[in-house]
Amino acid sequence: MDFNLSREHQLIRKMMAEFTENEVKPIAAETDLNSEYPRENIEKLFDLGVMGMCVPKEYGGTGADPLASAICIEELSRQCASTGDIVATHNGLCCDPILTHGTEEQKKKYLPMLTTGHKVGAFALTEPNAGSDASKGQTEAKLEGDHYVMNGSKIFITNGYVADVFVVFAMTDKTKGTKGISAFIVESSFPGFSVGKHEVKMGLHGSPTAEIVFTDCIVPKENMLGREGKGFSIAMQTLDGGRIGIAAQALGIAEGALAEAKEYTKGRVQFGKPISKFQNTQFTFADMELGCEAGRLLTYQAAVLKGQGVRYTKEAAMAKLFCSEHAMKTTTKALQMFGGYGYTKDYPMERMMRDAKITEIYEGTSEVQRIVISANMGL
Amino acid sequence: MKIIVCVKQVPDTSGKVAVNPDGTLNRASMQTITNPDDMNAVEAALKMKDATGCKVIVVTMGPPPAAGMLRELMAMGADEGVLVSAREFGGSDTYATSQILAAAIDTIGVEKDDIVMCGRQAIDGDTAQVGPQIAEKLGLPQVTYAADIQKDGSTVTVKRMLEDGYMTIKAQTPCLLTCIKELNNPRYMSIGGIYATYNKPLETFDYEKLKDHRLIDATTIGLKGSPTNIFKSFTPPQKGAGMMLEGADKATCEQLAGILAKKHII
Repeated sequence: MDFNLSREHQLIRKMMAEFTENEVKPIAAETDLNSEYPRENIEKLFDLGVMGMCVPKEYGGTGADPLASAICIEELSRQCASTGDIVATHNGLCCDPILTHGTEEQKKKYLPMLTTGHKVGAFALTEPNAGSDASKGQTEAKLEGDHYVMNGSKIFITNGYVADVFVVFAMTDKTKGTKGISAFIVESSFPGFSVGKHEVKMGLHGSPTAEIVFTDCIVPKENMLGREGKGFSIAMQTLDGGRIGIAAQALGIAEGALAEAKEYTKGRVQFGKPISKFQNTQFTFADMELGCEAGRLLTYQAAVLKGQGVRYTKEAAMAKLFCSEHAMKTTTKALQMFGGYGYTKDYPMERMMRDAKITEIYEGTSEVQRIVISANMGL
Repeated sequence: MKIIVCVKQVPDTSGKVAVNPDGTLNRASMQTITNPDDMNAVEAALKMKDATGCKVIVVTMGPPPAAGMLRELMAMGADEGVLVSAREFGGSDTYATSQILAAAIDTIGVEKDDIVMCGRQAIDGDTAQVGPQIAEKLGLPQVTYAADIQKDGSTVTVKRMLEDGYMTIKAQTPCLLTCIKELNNPRYMSIGGIYATYNKPLETFDYEKLKDHRLIDATTIGLKGSPTNIFKSFTPPQKGAGMMLEGADKATCEQLAGILAKKHII
């Protein structure tokens, strides 16, 4: 068992760390404050081959493995969780299901768009009455000749108002429950597609979240992803992979908060010495470091298993659960070390804490992760 | 056409600078980076590659770990790497280094259309001598302090940035250019580049490979072949703060003219 990253993964980490330091860090606070989608940086990430990186070369990607993608999301999220989220969604929730379940024609059409074509991808499953219970979706797609007519709406869609390509889940047979759900590739330019409410969120302000609405939306028959009725299983499988991305994002947030707190406490003198020298601070740091290391091992394990093509449902859920809860704990404790300064926007701590919270909620809440883990324990 | 770029691995002085008791840099305890001006030379070469499809070869002299730096430059887009590395080359000053690098570049081969690029100077030694010395030893025309480079056929037009202005010079290829940070912003490695880099050729030129070259002689390389001896290293005194005059009115201009006249600048 070798715990060292390969030389390629080491270079990817170095490259992303440099990019994050030079391009992401300087605008992270502004991105949050103005709720601004970091368009220029996303364009640069397309140029560098990060967007859609796991797509094989023949479809415009670089053929990177899931671990490489996780490392990129982790590094970006150390400074800007919004940027990490945009990449995680694009790579894990849009490119991945098309690559895994798409026909050759679908892959040839959409994957180059999502890589060299600089088109952003999204994933649309959640509905107002179908959150953790994704089987209760109301969005419907009816076959009429050579196309489906889609009606309904999806909420909380990451990349919602910037994406061009959506993987959408809709009922094709309401009588069959989860077996009546099918997946579709929907372009934002299809007639009947529109973007609804832009969400105003607690955190992740740079990540564009919106409602998307289908009003007699015309989806060509050939845009069904996978077989009819297989949508629910495609969604669950996709979320397994997506959870590695969120684990990496949460891990990055925790690492970023830890690094900020280390720097601050070494310079902040109270009672005659830097507060990093107090045992209470040091014990807190020890817990933060330990959690980051454990989270990293869990996340990389899940990513490597995915890369090996073996089942990783439980491992991805464990990584996501552990890292998101650790991110919340770490950002809270790190903010505390900053005292009153941590509560202000002069420091990134309050942003990191707000950003961390969503990782316990989206792509399956912590409660759902516990359901997934225990369901895979032979109980 | 090809571009040979000379690069050097240097201690990262943006972090903690460790100094030995004798005033020299404690290189072993510092992180290394590619010399910043050399990165501008690599970027200039890669831009030319983007435009013309020419080949870019990165060359460095250093210990075996410097190969890692060459892999990073190839992950940015350089096509080949050459690591010049041997015990016999250790301890070389600028004279001996340029002797060895010139031999290495000559061994790679400099053809009619080719350009050799270097950074202006390395941040550890700050001599700015190696580039020009390589040009002299290879008999190549040289243009230093390049802030803009245009190539049209075998003519290279270079805008030099000097302390007191710009100078535009035309040179014929093959030639050697030294590059400054104002020339460009170096690109990052790319994901595709990283996956490709370990499949690109990286050759090591050891002493055996270069020993029969006309420039390589026991008396011109390594510590023995280095005429420079460091007598003392010290931190120079800081320059005094500048003076700012605000306003464009007559009185301020007269005040400025008075100060300049007093210092015999005008």
